Amino acid sequence: MASVPMDPAKVARCRALAAEITADVQGYIDLHTTVGVERTILRAYGAEGVDDHGVPLVNTAVDRYREAGLLGRGIAYFLGRSLLGGAKSVKDAAERLAFASAIDDGSGGPGPGEVREVLRAPTEAALARIDRARDEREALKGRFPPGPTPLKYVIVATGNIHDDAVQAKAAAHAGADIVAVIRATAQSLLDYVPEGATTEGYGGTFATQENFRIIRRALDETSEKHARYVMQTNYSSGLCMAEIAWMGAVERLDMLLNDAMYGILFRDINMCRTFVDQYVSRRLIARSGMVINTGEDNYLTTADAIEKAHTVLASQFINEAFALRAGLKEEQMGLGHAYEIDPWVEDSFLLEIAQAQLVRQIFDRHPIKRMPPTKHKTGDIFFAHVHDAMFDLVGVATNQSIELLGMFSEAIQNPLLMDRYLALKATRYVFGACRHLGDEIDFKPDGIVARRAVHVLDEALGLLEQVKRDSIWDAISHGAFADVKRERTGGKGYAGVLERSPDYVNPLLASLEALS
Amino acid sequence: MTLLRAYGDRDGDGMVQLSFTLELAPNAKAREAAKRFAEAHGLSEPIVATMEECAEGFSFFVVYGRSRHEVETSNIDVAEVHAEALTREEMEQRIVARLGRRIVLVGACTGSDAHTVGIDAILNYKGYAGDKGLESYKGFEVYNLGAQIENEQLVARARALRADAILVSQVITQRNCHKENGRALVEQLERAGWRRDVILLFGGPRIDHAMALELGFDAGFGVGTTPSDVARFLVERMCAAR
Repeated sequence: MASVPMDPAKVARCRALAAEITADVQGYIDLHTTVGVERTILRAYGAEGVDDHGVPLVNTAVDRYREAGLLGRGIAYFLGRSLLGGAKSVKDAAERLAFASAIDDGSGGPGPGEVREVLRAPTEAALARIDRARDEREALKGRFPPGPTPLKYVIVATGNIHDDAVQAKAAAHAGADIVAVIRATAQSLLDYVPEGATTEGYGGTFATQENFRIIRRALDETSEKHARYVMQTNYSSGLCMAEIAWMGAVERLDMLLNDAMYGILFRDINMCRTFVDQYVSRRLIARSGMVINTGEDNYLTTADAIEKAHTVLASQFINEAFALRAGLKEEQMGLGHAYEIDPWVEDSFLLEIAQAQLVRQIFDRHPIKRMPPTKHKTGDIFFAHVHDAMFDLVGVATNQSIELLGMFSEAIQNPLLMDRYLALKATRYVFGACRHLGDEIDFKPDGIVARRAVHVLDEALGLLEQVKRDSIWDAISHGAFADVKRERTGGKGYAGVLERSPDYVNPLLASLEALS
Repeated sequence: MTLLRAYGDRDGDGMVQLSFTLELAPNAKAREAAKRFAEAHGLSEPIVATMEECAEGFSFFVVYGRSRHEVETSNIDVAEVHAEALTREEMEQRIVARLGRRIVLVGACTGSDAHTVGIDAILNYKGYAGDKGLESYKGFEVYNLGAQIENEQLVARARALRADAILVSQVITQRNCHKENGRALVEQLERAGWRRDVILLFGGPRIDHAMALELGFDAGFGVGTTPSDVARFLVERMCAAR
């Protein structure tokens, strides 16, 4: 296998720095919770459904206790007290939290010990739901082995879940290994998860638990038919990271877009909120065996792909460190990067190879994910098809794990059925024709590719040293990543962050932490 | 009369290529259907160059044929953004000489649109395709508010900053949400009595100047717009108005 020079001592130093950088944040995470986290706990215990206005029960209950200044004790505390106070079921208990005339101020009555006891069975039931989906996935993968790497990942985005199901099956039929239903653009900023099957959405389709089921059914039919396990992906990002992670875990999604910093940088979601939410979402993902896809590729859509390549690598180390703290295995970490260098720059292809190969070597157990060109797509579909083919060539030569396929109609419209078909056909050609190219070639020890790889690692190390000195909070506020600057208390969703009280109760999270 | 037909490799041959999908499995009937579909679009002697199954029960076609259609070009009058072809230095000098202060710009992707690639290409220092963004000019003071900004927020920021111009970018165009968003912004400014106080620009891959004018903007910038195109328009408007 071709390789680029990579100093193991520098890589180890990067990992050590990332561990220190995230230790500071983890200290914060362990003392806080969020409305999103608490809603997730209620959902996991079985509180589902919406009121006449479409407001989820979990939102009504959690918001009520937040407004009363009581949520720092954990919604599980009040749920358990409601169960001990005569509620017939978790659903009934959650409804009492949401709608009962009197609010439980937490004083008197059963204490945390009794609450943990009454929640023992519901906690085990929640874990069993995750485990059941995981076992089912493993069994299906045994029966229908997934395709060879790089896995071919495509998106569908019609806005109507039933059309998405048709398009997803068509994509799998044409050779896709992974299908993502892209979300409606504004969903990341909704502080609730919509309910039911949805048929209207701008720029994509809402992520709902029912929509997850519809696509899962369609892809299972396809897996059976083609005897190849076709994977499903959605987005655990935005203000409902943890709730979506729960839904993905129990509806047997295979991957989730999930990044420790993406929401902060690209959706202006508050950083305290995101750090806490990403941790709990990843605890669920760790247990479920899903693979996360991180979003470093996005950095290169706002910052220059040559000058800022090292920020991608530095962020990958940080995402890895956060993921380890949440109990994820390396095999679940689909760290992201992208082919976004200006194609007209001389030797741009060599620079892309250098980055792809370097990331492959550093994260050798990780199912790394490479994103296609988007920024320099212009609407010239014929050129774009060539551009995408070059991207495919890098992917197969450097043995990337997951490749989101480029679409020649990028910058024009959401992909048409035939666009996806042609992308899959071209990729099948390049991957097949160059299957063992990486085994056959060597890079010159002091050539352009090798020197570039050394340079990027050096710069990433330098950036991590600096972030360590400044702390990640300050680094983000100085624009260290993606050239985007965010303040610690700025952004959306900060009001939904709460300090945990000393007697905070969250048996499900505690179990997830204990079992990792 | 300046009648034109599509140019393949000889004047007037009318050769065009068409690619499309029909919900038919690939077979002789589907091939004939593709041929007739092409004929219905005005192609004579269509050649179905490719017919492949692109999904179960769907075929992808590539067809070449001679388009019978011709277009009269002498009477075409298109709304185009006109601005004097100034260089960067000339623009900087003109702002100093005629205005004597910086031009304040506020830009955003409005509504649910999360795609900042367009507004970033125009405003951010880096620019696009080697053409530096408006932030790089001494004569512009730029506030890029980013994505998913509501019209109310945008107007409030623009007022607070005493902006000379507002730049709205819209990439998502499903069910014409970009037009609704744009029109709503214009109406809001008009209701507040501020519409005349600002230059209002509309940009995005599916935007053109005529559409922008129709919606009540001062100019529209579509595919291929560079930061200096926008800069020239702004300098001309700002430095002529006074």
